[in-house]
Amino acid sequence: MQEFKRKYVVPGDKIVEGNFRLLMNAIRSGNSIFATRIGIAEVGRDGIKVIPLSGVYIPRVNDIVIGKIIDHSSLSWEVDINSCFSAHLPAQDVFGRDFSPARDDMGRQLAIGDLISSRIMAFDRTRDPMLTIQDKDLGKIPRGEFLKISATRVPRLIGKRGSMIQMIEQATQTRVLIGQNGIIVVSGRTSEGTKLSIRAIKMVEEEAHTANLTQRIKVLLNVQEPGSQDAFPPTQTQNGQLEEVQSSIQEVEEELEEEVKKGEKV
Amino acid sequence: MTQTRNLIDEQGIRTDGRRADELREIKITVGVVKNADGSAFIEFGRNKIVTAVYGPREVHPKHMALPDRCVLRCRYHMTPFSTDTRKNPAPSRREVEISKVMRESLEPALILEDYPRAAIDVFVEVLQADGGSRCAGITAASLALADAGINMRDIVAACAAGKVDDKIVLDINDTEDKEGGADMPVAYMPHLEQVTLLQLDGILTQGQFNECIDMAINGCKKVYEIQRQTLMHKYFGSETELKEE
Repeated sequence: MQEFKRKYVVPGDKIVEGNFRLLMNAIRSGNSIFATRIGIAEVGRDGIKVIPLSGVYIPRVNDIVIGKIIDHSSLSWEVDINSCFSAHLPAQDVFGRDFSPARDDMGRQLAIGDLISSRIMAFDRTRDPMLTIQDKDLGKIPRGEFLKISATRVPRLIGKRGSMIQMIEQATQTRVLIGQNGIIVVSGRTSEGTKLSIRAIKMVEEEAHTANLTQRIKVLLNVQEPGSQDAFPPTQTQNGQLEEVQSSIQEVEEELEEEVKKGEKV
Repeated sequence: MTQTRNLIDEQGIRTDGRRADELREIKITVGVVKNADGSAFIEFGRNKIVTAVYGPREVHPKHMALPDRCVLRCRYHMTPFSTDTRKNPAPSRREVEISKVMRESLEPALILEDYPRAAIDVFVEVLQADGGSRCAGITAASLALADAGINMRDIVAACAAGKVDDKIVLDINDTEDKEGGADMPVAYMPHLEQVTLLQLDGILTQGQFNECIDMAINGCKKVYEIQRQTLMHKYFGSETELKEE
């Protein structure tokens, strides 16, 4: 019954016939399953999904997003998360349970225009997304260069087990904060590193669905091939863990080999 | 709709050199408006139309939002330079009607329930008109919606058929529209085999009607092939049609 693993589809294309579970961007009509987005249809053990190649960000619970404070009431901040729904960050989440609108000045904690890294705590069809910053590495983002990419390109930017973003971070000596909503903040020691990092990120966005992207990014960043990895010293990664550049390059190499084997486009 | 001259010669060739069942040349480009979430530019014969889709996005004014589904808004507009004599840029009665039928022809293809309390805006701007601009607009708008990544049941393809010199012909142009006997725009979802738009301006017999709608649907299928190729080329490159791994 299962004839393929991956297939390029546009809306309305029949993916497969049979009794499969629908995971993402697919609908059933009779005994057939059709794609609803442009992307890559995948048949897995769990079911059928279409990985989309275009589209705006639709919030999901537990997504880490970067948002901009656009307004506040006496009880919560309104946050623009690059979606069709504006999110809310309750003041209690920042001040604690004893928050008092009369006593506490919300503007002192987060002002309009501030960027925050946050997690979507609750969201469904009937209500706007609710955010929280009560987690590790979440909260106000003090500095950095802001850029937006398509939310559908975020998984490619992160790469397999974070390989792509680690390579960019290490080669450019920058720290890249990525929101699932496509908002990115790059901060680095030097403006050259930041600029190069932004160029690499934009290149990933534009060429996300092309072959050998990792190789081209390596060329752009002037990453040395294995054997001369001493060019970059170990750096502090986003998660605060020290990692050797060598292992990252090894991962990228493995990924590249896998891509070549599979003849993957994405 | 009074006929003043022969629009089809003895060899069955029409005023623009086409046979009865032949489409005009169609060229579509996707992703032409960078500010939009999705866009398409279509050249359908001498029609030149740009479409842009924004959304799903927040609804303004907020009272227009629907609690269970997305609001689809459509604006068809002809630029003042799109016709021989200047067209007043203010929305005309015809444009308001076409905006409505265009929205209704696209709505069945969209899964609007996936985006409650949001809005999708479709802008169709006619740069050059040569008859059949609503069909060309629907065809391009459908691609722009797919380009914007909105969940769709199917892609909508549109094409007109009509009666010229008492013969049923496909894809009538401006001259045939003005001087011919009937014009029937049809929008169609090829996979679902459903008609989403059917209009008729003119008089047809039952037999002519059946012949006309069959011809229009066949035209829509040809238009769909071009739409599909355009999308595949934009997203997967020229050498990768429907590639199975």
